[in-house]
Amino acid sequence: MAKRFMYMNTKAPYGTVYALESLEVVLIGAAFEQDVSLAFIGDGVYQLVKGQDTQDIGMKNFSPTYAALGDYDVNKIYVEKESLEERGLSLDDLQHLVWEDEDEDWAEKDSIRLVTRSELADVIDDQDVVLSF
Amino acid sequence: MKLGIQINEGPYQHQAADSAYQFAKAALAKGHEIFRVFFYHDGVNTATRLAVPPQDDRNITQQWTELQKEHNLDLVVCIAAAQRRGLMDEDEAKRQGKDANNIAEGFRISGLGQLIEAGIECDRLVTFGA
Amino acid sequence: MTTLHTVNKSPFSSSSFDDCLGLAKSGSTVLLFEDGVFAATTGTKSAEAITNANGVTFAVLGPDAKARGVEGKIADGIKVVDYDGFVDLVAEHDKVHAWL
Repeated sequence: MAKRFMYMNTKAPYGTVYALESLEVVLIGAAFEQDVSLAFIGDGVYQLVKGQDTQDIGMKNFSPTYAALGDYDVNKIYVEKESLEERGLSLDDLQHLVWEDEDEDWAEKDSIRLVTRSELADVIDDQDVVLSF
Repeated sequence: MKLGIQINEGPYQHQAADSAYQFAKAALAKGHEIFRVFFYHDGVNTATRLAVPPQDDRNITQQWTELQKEHNLDLVVCIAAAQRRGLMDEDEAKRQGKDANNIAEGFRISGLGQLIEAGIECDRLVTFGA
Repeated sequence: MTTLHTVNKSPFSSSSFDDCLGLAKSGSTVLLFEDGVFAATTGTKSAEAITNANGVTFAVLGPDAKARGVEGKIADGIKVVDYDGFVDLVAEHDKVHAWL
């Protein structure tokens, strides 16, 4: 029986390696056909901000990878509302992540679920394994 | 209990490798099974054969090597993180055209799938990081 | 599902203690270890928050408090455990959520 895996993302990209290397685990993990969710809280929400341009800092811009998650069957992406608001951000500032539902004629659906802290607590409670980076 | 342990930080820089070691020893003493210890991010630096820490303090790498020997533990170093940080075993060094390898006894280099497998196979996954 | 939360950073240098408290559900336990033990010391806002946290149990890793010279300053009502106790806490909860 597939386990519910939750990947916790609490750190911003580029300042440290955690965002990049946790994404690498998600991609490899997708092959194992478990029930995968991602949570972005605290500074983790910055990972999803659209329009990242890393040319002048000389680092690879890995943000396009988030857009590919839908193709890896990773389509439950929880973003904490309070974390966005504290940072002066809204859903509009984030990449529009989608997946295609083969059960509904490949209809395109939103992968990002905006949730309150309290709703997210319930989601996390339900998980079998939490991976932190 | 079947335990998985993940270590996300390098030795000495953070307490992660120490805390994980003390936790692992206690768990083994209580008769629990440690399915795998997975070293990720800077945690891969725990596996260096070349560390020479001061004699009057613990040798973190050696502690893990000895614990591995005593309990036949599976100490896995993530290949992607290792490549980034220059941790090589003999095969990897040959494959990558490097003139040396530096992995310590008791550790093996393998893929991220080993971490996911630990999450699937274990009753609990405990992560030490920063 | 019961969760053992682990917090290893000082509440004065990181938000992980506060973030953990914000998401920890009633019935869960928070283990403070490494630099996280400072959150359990008397006279701090964090110790106060611990007292007011409903339904969440707190534990401190004794060896880490002792190492930092604060084992005599752990606030009342916070269980002190050793590494054996840490292992037991892991066994007693369904999963572990590390706050890093």
